[in-house]
Amino acid sequence: MLKLLLSRLATAVPSVVGVLIVTFMLTRLLPGDPAAYFAGLAASPQAIAEVRTKLGLDKSLPEQFVAYIVDLAHGNLGNSLSTGQPVAAEIVNRLPASAELTLVALFVAVAIAIPLGVLAAVKQGTWIDHLCRVVTTAGVSLPVFFTGLLLAYVFYYLLQIAPAPTGRLDVFISAPPDITGFYLVDSLLTGNAETFWSALKQLALPAISMAIFSLAPLARMTRGSMLAVLGSDFVRTARASGLSSRTVIFTYAFRNAVLPVITTLGMVFSFLLGANVLVETVFAWPGIGLYAVNALITSDYAPVQGFVLTMAVLYVVLNLIIDLLYGLVDPRVRLDA
Amino acid sequence: MIAMVRHARYVLSENPVTGLSFALFALFLFAAIFGPAIAPYNPLQSDAANALQAPSAAHWFGTDQLGRDIFSRVLVATRLDLTIAFSSVILAFMLGALSGVAAGYFGGWTDRIVGRLADTIMAFPLFVLAMGIVAALGNKVINIVLATAIINFPLYVRVARAEANVRRDAGFVEAARLSGNGEARVLLGHVLPNIMPIMMVQMSLTMGYAILNAAGLSFIGLGVKPPDAEWGIMVAEGANFIQSGEWWIALFPGATLMLAVFCFNLLGDGLRDIIDPRQRT
Amino acid sequence: MKRRTFFKTTVAASAAATAAPAIWSEAKAQARNETLLIVTESPPNSQDIHGVGANRPAYEVSWNTHDRLMTYGVKKDANGNDHYDYTKLEPELATEWDLKPNSVTFKLRRDAKFHDGTPITAKDVKWSFDRAVTVGGFPTFQMAAGSLQKPEQFVAVDDHTFRVDFLRADKLTMPDIGVPVPVVMNSELCKKNATEKDPWAMEWCKNNHASGGAYKVEKWQPSQEVVFVRNDDWKNGPLPKVRRVIQRIIPSAGNRRALLERGDADLSFDLPSKDFAELKKSPKLTVVGTPIENAMMYVGMNVATKPFDNEKLRQAVAWAIPYQQIMDTVMFGQAIPLFGGADNKSKGSVWPQKDGYSTDLDKAKTLMAEAGYSNGLETTLSFDLGAASTNEPLAILVQENLAKIGIKTTINKVPGANWRAELLKKSMPMIINAFGGWLNYPEYFFYWCYHGQNAVFNTMSYKNPKMDALIDKARFTTGPEYDAAVKGFVDMAFEEVPRVPVFQPLLNVAMQKNVTGYRYWFHRQLDYRQLVKG
Repeated sequence: MLKLLLSRLATAVPSVVGVLIVTFMLTRLLPGDPAAYFAGLAASPQAIAEVRTKLGLDKSLPEQFVAYIVDLAHGNLGNSLSTGQPVAAEIVNRLPASAELTLVALFVAVAIAIPLGVLAAVKQGTWIDHLCRVVTTAGVSLPVFFTGLLLAYVFYYLLQIAPAPTGRLDVFISAPPDITGFYLVDSLLTGNAETFWSALKQLALPAISMAIFSLAPLARMTRGSMLAVLGSDFVRTARASGLSSRTVIFTYAFRNAVLPVITTLGMVFSFLLGANVLVETVFAWPGIGLYAVNALITSDYAPVQGFVLTMAVLYVVLNLIIDLLYGLVDPRVRLDA
Repeated sequence: MIAMVRHARYVLSENPVTGLSFALFALFLFAAIFGPAIAPYNPLQSDAANALQAPSAAHWFGTDQLGRDIFSRVLVATRLDLTIAFSSVILAFMLGALSGVAAGYFGGWTDRIVGRLADTIMAFPLFVLAMGIVAALGNKVINIVLATAIINFPLYVRVARAEANVRRDAGFVEAARLSGNGEARVLLGHVLPNIMPIMMVQMSLTMGYAILNAAGLSFIGLGVKPPDAEWGIMVAEGANFIQSGEWWIALFPGATLMLAVFCFNLLGDGLRDIIDPRQRT
Repeated sequence: MKRRTFFKTTVAASAAATAAPAIWSEAKAQARNETLLIVTESPPNSQDIHGVGANRPAYEVSWNTHDRLMTYGVKKDANGNDHYDYTKLEPELATEWDLKPNSVTFKLRRDAKFHDGTPITAKDVKWSFDRAVTVGGFPTFQMAAGSLQKPEQFVAVDDHTFRVDFLRADKLTMPDIGVPVPVVMNSELCKKNATEKDPWAMEWCKNNHASGGAYKVEKWQPSQEVVFVRNDDWKNGPLPKVRRVIQRIIPSAGNRRALLERGDADLSFDLPSKDFAELKKSPKLTVVGTPIENAMMYVGMNVATKPFDNEKLRQAVAWAIPYQQIMDTVMFGQAIPLFGGADNKSKGSVWPQKDGYSTDLDKAKTLMAEAGYSNGLETTLSFDLGAASTNEPLAILVQENLAKIGIKTTINKVPGANWRAELLKKSMPMIINAFGGWLNYPEYFFYWCYHGQNAVFNTMSYKNPKMDALIDKARFTTGPEYDAAVKGFVDMAFEEVPRVPVFQPLLNVAMQKNVTGYRYWFHRQLDYRQLVKG
């Protein structure tokens, strides 16, 4: 197991190096001059030049890259221009909000997509199958920012069922003590039902907007892999030996079909992390996506850099976990891939 | 060929949804080509007296803050949106298919370099990378195209590489090589055409994603410059008006955008059924 | 409203069944009554108004948590709303002052304390003033606008006496001591958090306030929310009525409006014009729109380079702008027109005022020909993306009309943090921008925007020795001589039109009916101290 972990880590290293280079290049290309911003109102060209030297922006690109890596090694991602805060601290603060939203969305998506996929496979070729296909394809065709707007309009504004799209909690409810940073978990741990309920209500709409978007790949993969398994010899044998079709589908077929679905999770995650940015913008969700969009609009390069880097590292780590998970679920998988 | 047509007819009859998607595709193509010619109003012309009008017989989709006709703007935007999506898909195909085929065919260093490049891109959540690219290179449509192409690049590399790898030692490739063709010629003249059908499927599948991506970027304010009409930016403009009751400004461009992506997704599935019956899921 | 009542009744009904809900909604209801919830668009980036790049929301934090020596009085505006009175300076930390030709001496309140309990003394005031004129950037500039420039000017005579020596007679010196910049900071606390590299504790003050003002920051989550609690020991004015103020950042204007309409938020600041126009009709809300003093939205042209070095061309542009359309569709009528006056002559020593331009495309075309551009020209029209909700439709309308007289423009959206850098470069040929001066004097506006010192706000790079002479004259004179100077520079600005005034914006605020006491301030931020809820 440890060997597996280490070798997987080793394969992730080049990706991380690539990510570092790309992020650095991207932000050096961003338009705008942090020196002019920091030099303040009505600054003279000399003052700007001084600030530029102070920020190290007058050095050559390779020198700046080294400085960037050294800073990174010290956990320093620079300061945001518009909020004035260290980027690393803000990302750490905001990450749980994004992670909680993404995980809840993923949970909702899995809870709907997998039964849907199984159903479509079992009823292959019938109208149910077609309906599943149309519904999931329609889901993946919906731009998340549009779904979000629509849901907020209908459920908050028209029907008045959902709470106001203003962040993670009702304004008059205080946040639970910071244990994991996930409000749902923290409020349960401290036995605060009110906070839990409020957090859940706030999560519902953004999570559903994102879940709808990720139904399709999961449902399709489930359906495909179920079909393959249902057509295989051992299922035929099981059927022939008189087991009820319920037992065959759930005990034999599904357990085997679930493996390829796990690998799809990685892709779905990439989807969701991207969708996060848009959904957070619509729902004023205080996560890192909203942070990055605001930074992007103001050309505030340190947060953009920090965000892209965090997302990429997160994604590499997630894929690693999925690989390991896969190895756990199916001991046959070895490292030959 | 005849078998192919027969198969296509079979797939269409078995799957009416695919037929519908072909019809929709024709409609969008029509709008993209003739949209500016048939739009009832000038999509850029403001009309203060008719600002924020709800849908009516005169303005089917209503008017926006500046009194511009939303139906005309949605119609005219089709060309821009589809152009962005088409060009980025074609660019991704050209870059991805070529390097993928080369990687799969030659193996070794070529394979390693191309593979690393694709892996690095795949290490980013794709939309996030696209955001970064457009922000860095500048707020221009051409950069949306580029960003969308770059994030789709690894998908093409993977497919092309796998397919080329399989065909490397296939009979027809051997034959081409033996009859004195250089490696480049074998690659471009024989291997590449052979994997075209599969690449076509890949292209129609990524079209939908490309449209969504472009619209998402302009939604957060990147890319398209005012006063040009584009679906994503129109939804963003309309978002400010939804809660004061002017729902039509965001709804119609959003719904059209959804329909277009829906159409390309179904089309991609349908094409896959026709071209590659084995992969039918 | 409906949802809230429904929610309350269901909670009451279910209280018998489950004990928990009753408890939590009571706590919630109480918290709700004592708290003022403000929803606003952009977050503060500092608690220190002297901080590098401190933004306008940061001024608000500083204004409410710090004391100044003096504050301004209050009057009623034309609509009967409270409006600060720039003619009346009133005590804050200083109980009285003695103004002499060469200096002013302040007596400080003897029982005033900082939040940490240490008494406020004259040496704190001196330290704070020294800081403002030393750290550079905006605070130093603002101090200099009132001829407050050197630490030697500030003298702590004894613990409760503080003197400012004047460098020159400047009528802006006293008003400048009442603006948000010269705050009184806890010098000992700051020094404790200073470092050798950072003697003024700039770094620490970003996220902490060393002050004794009416409110304290209880929770500081920049970009999400800031929670203020009242300083119950505050002595420098009447104790504020509101115990807690939550400032919640809601970026979308639509959401802010919905929260307000549904009764979830108490007050929304800086409303878009459309919401303001519509909410005015709501019986549930109070809305107040105050013309922003000494401010205007304008189309600026760079006179230092071609093509807009040509006066006739600039006049052509001024005749081509679709003023009324902008008023109607962009501003929804919620602004004061600065166009369509009888002629291009000043109508008195007030600013801003109407110029004589209106939309007349024929006149514009004639001027285009006279300027030698009968074949038209191409240029770019830039604006700050940070204020896109007004700037973008405005730019589109201007673009459309300019096209009609042969000026083809490309719209250039500049990201917020870049805007100032771009302004500094003075290379954009044509821009849409707004400027407002704190101190309500025409010459103050002109000093920043038209003077040959070429400050960043002189976005047109306009330099004219005659203009400079008139502005300088107005700064240091009074009476008829002053009026003549003002008339001189206003006439010149209208005639040569390096910037085309479009409208004077309003500061729009909407609040629940039970919120009263709102006061307009020149710094255009919210003062929590006068607000009352219930």
